[in-house]
Amino acid sequence: MAIQTTTTPRRGWRADLPVYGKLAGIALLWWAAYSVLLPVSQWLTYSVLGLPRGSQLGESMAFFLYDVPKILLLLSGMIFLIGIVRTFFSPERTRALLGGKRQGIGNVLAAMLGIVTPFCSCSAVPLFIGFVESGIPLGVTFSFLIAAPIINEVAVIMLYGLFGWRVAALYIGTGLVIAIFAGIVIGRFHLERYVEDFVWQLQMGAGGPQENLTWPERIGRASDSVKEIVGKVWPYVIIGIAVGAVIHGFVPESALANIMGKQAWWSVPAAVLLGIPLYSNAAGVIPIVGALIEKGASLGTALAFMMAVVGLSLPEMIILRRVLKPQLIAVFIGVVALAIIFTGYLFNLVM
Amino acid sequence: MLNIKVLGSGCSNCQRLEAQVKKVVAAQGLGAQIEKVTDYGEIMKYAILATPGLVIDGKLVAAGRVPNDKEIAGWLLQAGGSA
Repeated sequence: MAIQTTTTPRRGWRADLPVYGKLAGIALLWWAAYSVLLPVSQWLTYSVLGLPRGSQLGESMAFFLYDVPKILLLLSGMIFLIGIVRTFFSPERTRALLGGKRQGIGNVLAAMLGIVTPFCSCSAVPLFIGFVESGIPLGVTFSFLIAAPIINEVAVIMLYGLFGWRVAALYIGTGLVIAIFAGIVIGRFHLERYVEDFVWQLQMGAGGPQENLTWPERIGRASDSVKEIVGKVWPYVIIGIAVGAVIHGFVPESALANIMGKQAWWSVPAAVLLGIPLYSNAAGVIPIVGALIEKGASLGTALAFMMAVVGLSLPEMIILRRVLKPQLIAVFIGVVALAIIFTGYLFNLVM
Repeated sequence: MLNIKVLGSGCSNCQRLEAQVKKVVAAQGLGAQIEKVTDYGEIMKYAILATPGLVIDGKLVAAGRVPNDKEIAGWLLQAGGSA
């Protein structure tokens, strides 16, 4: 099947000015809103609602009123920017980039591409088949499949919004290392025979239509993805931050240090084991994780829990069952879980 | 009569695409047969790398994302025009 290429006729940049103007206007509004978040949330809590400073309810309310709009604004803004970056990538392009790369380099590239290639977990199967069919090694394909859901843009944006860029960068770095390492290990075991047989019998496909997008089209796509993602996660953000706010205001400091702090050596594996069967999208779980950290849970344990929840999800395993035999799924879960546990310990030691 | 296939195995994006296609088809008043394909063997015949996929009269027009109403209407009119 020939690859179809579609190019929209160019209209010249003058015709596109209204789009750019609108974008600039929205950016300005965004910036203005973001700048007044802290003072407005404080004013609403302590003046309008009249809550006493330092009180549990006051603390919770200020936290909630500040963080909900902040996270929603951050999500909108950054998903838009990431959306623009993603219009330059596609699974087909990633597949072409990965073709012919051997293990090692291939794993690193695959993990990095997993971050920028648009991916929804139901695409796991066609993508897996397409990659494997075109000769990309199994381990390299797995590096991609592990990195993509863990280094999920909503998770990273919320980590940045609630904990700052260091934690967000740490999360991305660890996600990459886990994806690369797990992919290499899985590749070493040569588990090709545990892929369902029909996969090897399918013909290699050309992929979806290749597109050359104009800038206004890229802006349109990125805006669509903001509407889609924020439209899906905003209830979870509100609920998650509400629970986090309650923990922040009402649970005494260090209440959790005993069971989730550094001293409890078993807390990391326990957190990971707890996280595997749980499935939540990143939006809901991060604020809770953040409040837990504040109350004495160590960073390593909390991040390990989060990665286990977000990276190893039951729905994704069920979907992958269509193309992977149970042994391979078990190896997949096992290797990733071990990598996460190791990372959790590392953070607890280092942080 | 247009033949439309929505490729996808049932995640929320695929369901959204199907609902959207039905909506646009109804709004345009076009006669169309809309089919949801969930079997991967069938889906992979169109050689896509990411679901959901949209196939109109045998031609793959979108893969890996949910296009907006305007785009869908555009493709439908194109297909209807050349039939």
